[in-house]
Amino acid sequence: MNDQFRYLLARAARGTLDRRAFMGRAAALGVSGAMANTLLASAVRAEGPRRGGHLTVGLQGGESTNSLDPALAASQVPYMYLRASGDTMVNVNPDGTLDGRIAEEWSASPDAQTWTFKIRSGVSFHNGQTLTPDDVAMTLRRHSDADSQSGALGVMRGVEDISVNGDSVVLRTSTPNADLPYLLADYHLVIQPNGGIDDPASGIFSGAYRWVEDQPGVRHVLEKFDGYWDDSVGHFNSVEILVINDGTARTSALQSGQVQLINRVEPRTAGLVARAPNISVHSTAGKGHYVFIMHCNTAPFDNNDLRLALKYAIDREDMLDRILRGYGSIGNDMPINEAYPLFDASIPQREFDLDRARHHYQRSGHDGSPIILRTSDVAFPGAVDAAQIFQESAAAAGIPIEIIREPGDGYWSEVWNVQPFSASYWGGRAVQDQMYSTAYYSGADWNDTRFFNEDFDRLLIQARGELDVALRTEMYSEMGMMVRDEGGLIAPMFNDFLDAQNDQIAGWVENPNGEMMNGFAPVLMWQA
Amino acid sequence: MMHPILTLLVQRIALSLLLLLAVSVVIFVGTEILPGDVARVILGQGAPEQAVENLRAQMGLDRPATVRYFEWLFNALQGDFGVALSNRRDIATAIGQRLGNTMFLAAVAAAFAVPLAIFLGLLAVRYQNRWPDRLISGVTLTAISLPEFLLGYVIMYVFAVQLGWFPSVSSVHGGMSFWQKLNAVALPAMVLTLVVLAHMMRMTRAAILNVMQSAYIETAELKGLRKLTLIFRHAMPNAIAPIVNVVMINLAYLVVGVVVIEVVFVYPGMGQYLVDHVSRRDVPVVQACGLIFATVYIGLNLVADLVSILTNPRLRHPK
Repeated sequence: MNDQFRYLLARAARGTLDRRAFMGRAAALGVSGAMANTLLASAVRAEGPRRGGHLTVGLQGGESTNSLDPALAASQVPYMYLRASGDTMVNVNPDGTLDGRIAEEWSASPDAQTWTFKIRSGVSFHNGQTLTPDDVAMTLRRHSDADSQSGALGVMRGVEDISVNGDSVVLRTSTPNADLPYLLADYHLVIQPNGGIDDPASGIFSGAYRWVEDQPGVRHVLEKFDGYWDDSVGHFNSVEILVINDGTARTSALQSGQVQLINRVEPRTAGLVARAPNISVHSTAGKGHYVFIMHCNTAPFDNNDLRLALKYAIDREDMLDRILRGYGSIGNDMPINEAYPLFDASIPQREFDLDRARHHYQRSGHDGSPIILRTSDVAFPGAVDAAQIFQESAAAAGIPIEIIREPGDGYWSEVWNVQPFSASYWGGRAVQDQMYSTAYYSGADWNDTRFFNEDFDRLLIQARGELDVALRTEMYSEMGMMVRDEGGLIAPMFNDFLDAQNDQIAGWVENPNGEMMNGFAPVLMWQA
Repeated sequence: MMHPILTLLVQRIALSLLLLLAVSVVIFVGTEILPGDVARVILGQGAPEQAVENLRAQMGLDRPATVRYFEWLFNALQGDFGVALSNRRDIATAIGQRLGNTMFLAAVAAAFAVPLAIFLGLLAVRYQNRWPDRLISGVTLTAISLPEFLLGYVIMYVFAVQLGWFPSVSSVHGGMSFWQKLNAVALPAMVLTLVVLAHMMRMTRAAILNVMQSAYIETAELKGLRKLTLIFRHAMPNAIAPIVNVVMINLAYLVVGVVVIEVVFVYPGMGQYLVDHVSRRDVPVVQACGLIFATVYIGLNLVADLVSILTNPRLRHPK
């Protein structure tokens, strides 16, 4: 790279030379377009964030029924606009550590049952009002109340008492909980004036952007909030979220430059989309996984040998290739992977082994009648094909699977968590405890594998209150092994988040906690 | 004594109103007998019985259906559809915007499609069974045979992604000027034009060909009139009624049936709005949309009726 090119690069990265002129001169110096582009992207990143500009994001997952009430948020668009306009107590960093936002610092009592969060001073809401510990307490109380219909109710269920002590908010939990701060990173729990009790959908938050226009299911417009307490984020002057639920329309909008950032690129087209010189596709390993779930208490799945037979009879690599086109990683029949804190990487991977499948199937003494697997297009993208791939590989081990294709409407109320063997997906949770408590604890509403194991429950409660990290890691490892070897979960693969951007913006950082940089892309990225 | 044509018009309008009333009953009863309790749907599966009861009382669901029907109808007549259950927003305001968008797209598409279809129909008659006729029929029938979304994707790929002439996302909003909006809806309007063209064109062609068999046309022909003048001045007026009918059906389709195009081009119209609320069992919105769609359909059919009556000389000039 000669000096002249380096000079051009620096000017282009600072924005004094426009991109077209830069590419032209780079070509004149004999640097290929793709090369110049890559170099420019890294130069822009090195130059650091730039203020200003307008970001347009095209997102799947918005409906005209969406509300600005954080309690009611349940899909990607509300998730993104709450991240952009609101602030939670803490954020989870890409490496799994915590970043204090509204909570400046926090500490636990030795029994991990009382947590004190010091509330940051000098934070103001979009209406100019100062954020107080009372606002925080009221917000958390509202989401703990069953009447609020909050999506964070499950997270807040263990919190018994919320009180204000000077500049701090004190939370007391019914059982020890070492993970409590992680739970407060939930996107529903953005702080609202007086907890949003007076007007939950007012759109007054304390985040980096404030509301300009809200048209549910169509577009959402936000502008930079000048009074935001943290200067290091929120670089755009304005952010516009366009709801584009159709996959092809979303990629076309990115390709034609109408939007700069999209979520949910379809795996089968991701390779083609990435071929365009000005577009990059980001594949981020996350916690979401595609599953087949068996009820451990219902025949024939009440026999662990049969469950193991099915677990050995699924060709994970093949499924990853054909369903996710490689944009993911293979699962190990437990809901946890390396994206979680305290993950034990030494747990052996379950292999595709037809001999073992046959062995366990014979030991189970199953009468040879077809095992009914229910699936649907809505279970996960490609669920019907995945069931067929499973059926084929199981047939090779002599296990007969019969597929019943269910209609999408009503799948989540009449098939999932009702029928003994079905396809489904999980989005993952902030920490292992939350994942296990949601779906593997005996008393959980969503125990969709009907996994009842007293030892497991005891370990779960014990680990939740254990402040010693090494001990906790060991406990989680043991629990993982129990689910893997005795549970009703067949988890063939973890899916990657597939997001894409064009070269008009910069600052992408991989974050395994959620798609779109855990929802913070509009807050953390900047105009290139 | 009223002019007979006036009597006929009044009868038609009264009949349409009666039909609309009947439809409103059907919509109300239909949403009423849907399985599942609205209060239960809103609060979710795990809600305590007391909370469900409270909400039912709050929404007035504990009162008899007839009382609620008349209350709903009366409010709807005044433009008050209540608030959406899912996000507590005023339905009339939301629908106002969406309906405006839908009408705009339909109007733009119709402004191109209707004259084009009729012109092509005339042309097809002029060159009946010769290559222009075959070409017009072939192309329009191909367009109507392709699924709308495929047509949409192809047009989007060519005109938005490759050529970059028009935006692929047709999202319109209040801050846009008329020309900006027109630019935004160019692609969906193009697709819709292709979709409705064949039906109207073929009907025009058939209706005029039918008239062309008449003796008076032969006379006109023998007078030595030019073929196009003959078709336009003599045959077409007598074929107006069936043409208007098919045009109206297609206009109604442009208003109530374009949800697929709305999804492909991300257009904020009524279709997507209705579908979103149906999937959330948001009954008041579904009722409101149903009523509006029914009004559009019945209204346009009424117009078709009135036009056929008015263009019938035997009715205009009674003996």
